[in-house]
Amino acid sequence: MVKQISVFLENKPGSLMEMTRVLGENGIDMRAFSLAETSDFGIARLIVDDVYKTTTILKDAGFIHSVSSVLAVEIPDVPGGLCHVLEALKNEKVNVEYMYAFLGTKKDTAYMIFKVTHDREAAAALTRSGIVMAEQEDLSEL
Amino acid sequence: MPYYQESIETAPREQIRQWQDERLVKQVRHVWDNVPYYRRKMEEKGLTPDDIRSVDDLCKLPFLSKADLREAYPYGLVGTPLKDCVRIQSTSGTTGKRVVAFYTKEDIDLWEDCCARAIVAAGGTNEDVCQISYGYGLFTGGPGLNGGSHKVGCLTVPTSSGNTERQIMFIMDLSATILCCTPSYAAYIAETMKEMGLTPDKIPLKAGIFGAEAWSEEMRHDIEKGLGIKAYDIYGLTELSGPGVAFECSAQTGMHINEDHFIAEIIDPDTGEVLPDGCQGELVFTAITKKAFPLIRYRTRDICVLSREKCPCGRTHVKMSKPRGRSDDMLIIRGVNVFPSQIETVLLNKGYSANYQIIVDRVNHSDTLDVQVEMTQEMFTDNMGDISKRQKDLADGLRSMLGIGAKVTLVAPKSIVRSEGKAVRVIDKRKI
Repeated sequence: MVKQISVFLENKPGSLMEMTRVLGENGIDMRAFSLAETSDFGIARLIVDDVYKTTTILKDAGFIHSVSSVLAVEIPDVPGGLCHVLEALKNEKVNVEYMYAFLGTKKDTAYMIFKVTHDREAAAALTRSGIVMAEQEDLSEL
Repeated sequence: MPYYQESIETAPREQIRQWQDERLVKQVRHVWDNVPYYRRKMEEKGLTPDDIRSVDDLCKLPFLSKADLREAYPYGLVGTPLKDCVRIQSTSGTTGKRVVAFYTKEDIDLWEDCCARAIVAAGGTNEDVCQISYGYGLFTGGPGLNGGSHKVGCLTVPTSSGNTERQIMFIMDLSATILCCTPSYAAYIAETMKEMGLTPDKIPLKAGIFGAEAWSEEMRHDIEKGLGIKAYDIYGLTELSGPGVAFECSAQTGMHINEDHFIAEIIDPDTGEVLPDGCQGELVFTAITKKAFPLIRYRTRDICVLSREKCPCGRTHVKMSKPRGRSDDMLIIRGVNVFPSQIETVLLNKGYSANYQIIVDRVNHSDTLDVQVEMTQEMFTDNMGDISKRQKDLADGLRSMLGIGAKVTLVAPKSIVRSEGKAVRVIDKRKI
């Protein structure tokens, strides 16, 4: 499991830019990033190496945020790779709420962030199927 | 139960009525003799001072409104020679031209007595440290409560409004026990103290006297919780000296009007007909003791209810409800009357803060209502669905309260301007 930071963004020009500027100025490197939106506001979702440092910076800068747990799953970069993962989850009756890509440097593998309905059952199911996941402490290696 | 002026504040009804009868007759004579503007209005109705023999005859007299004050600006309604006037105060005026009110030395003394009554009703004594964070200068808030605080003998801290860090420094360093300011500024001070880690148990304040703008019960509750105090309402108008026309007691179920100085009536705002106690209508006041700016039947545009039910505090003067809003606060949106206070009630009931703005506009010949409210840390989750559901829940609550649909926009924290004086809640972009 890895930690994901969700940040509230008002639907106004510059909101997202302001957040990325604050993170950049403080030396935070985003490993994965996704932006979800409604017509009224957005939620930016970030994966970072140092969760504590990042949340402190966001709090001081006045950004509203929350932290949740997500799965960082290694997906072999071959056709059918993702399907294999999803099948394991389906068999465990776990639902995927959303997912997005993760920037890693390991050759021939892709990483994806999964937000699921049942974390522990999902992790167990994936492990049983031989699927590799990254933990928070592994992130800086990837 | 302490009172500032016990024999007056707890006088029997018959005594109050007698004061009002005597003083009204004298005041009408005073105005007839000294204020040609009002004398003309009386003459137009075929009236002379002899027609006014008691409070029963009050309803015969013509009204005065803000329009009259603007027309008579600046000296047209002064009741005493200028050499006897020692001060002006001028209203902050949310609409149109400024109102300039005049005072003799005695007028100021009576005004400050009224403010002193309010401070004592809030539990104030000469052992208290009373911080006045209302604006000082032309605005009546600062000078009024300052004078009242002196009379009670409190240690008066005249910080005026603004410089919130300094306000908090004095509250903490001097152990201020009473805070006087607008409710929106009190909410801002509470918010800032919370961010500084000052929890209610650390804050020395025990009471607050808040007024100069309409505020909801929900907002009172939030301020009381945030500062760890009992929050008292106070009411007044520059035209009637300033704060202190009415003040709340420990029962917190309405404000006692100082009936030895002001006669209150409730009228139907459209017909001018006087309504019985318990009916909602426009508040009209007649000042019966002050001389330099003596207004008869002044229409306040404030909508409220009067009650003469026995009050547990022992005061016998009539109580007015919190003004629901001013008749000129009221918006008409798609044909429906909307008061900002209604929107505030829904927001606070649903757990939002009072940091909001109402944007009214017209699109394709139809009025639109957008309520912008700040997102808070407590409300936020990663779950889009949950947030959208809460937004919809708020929109439903607004529709249910107002009778019309409103759009709800969640905005970034601190993006809505905080007020140090009267909060600007409404931005009306319609050009008619």
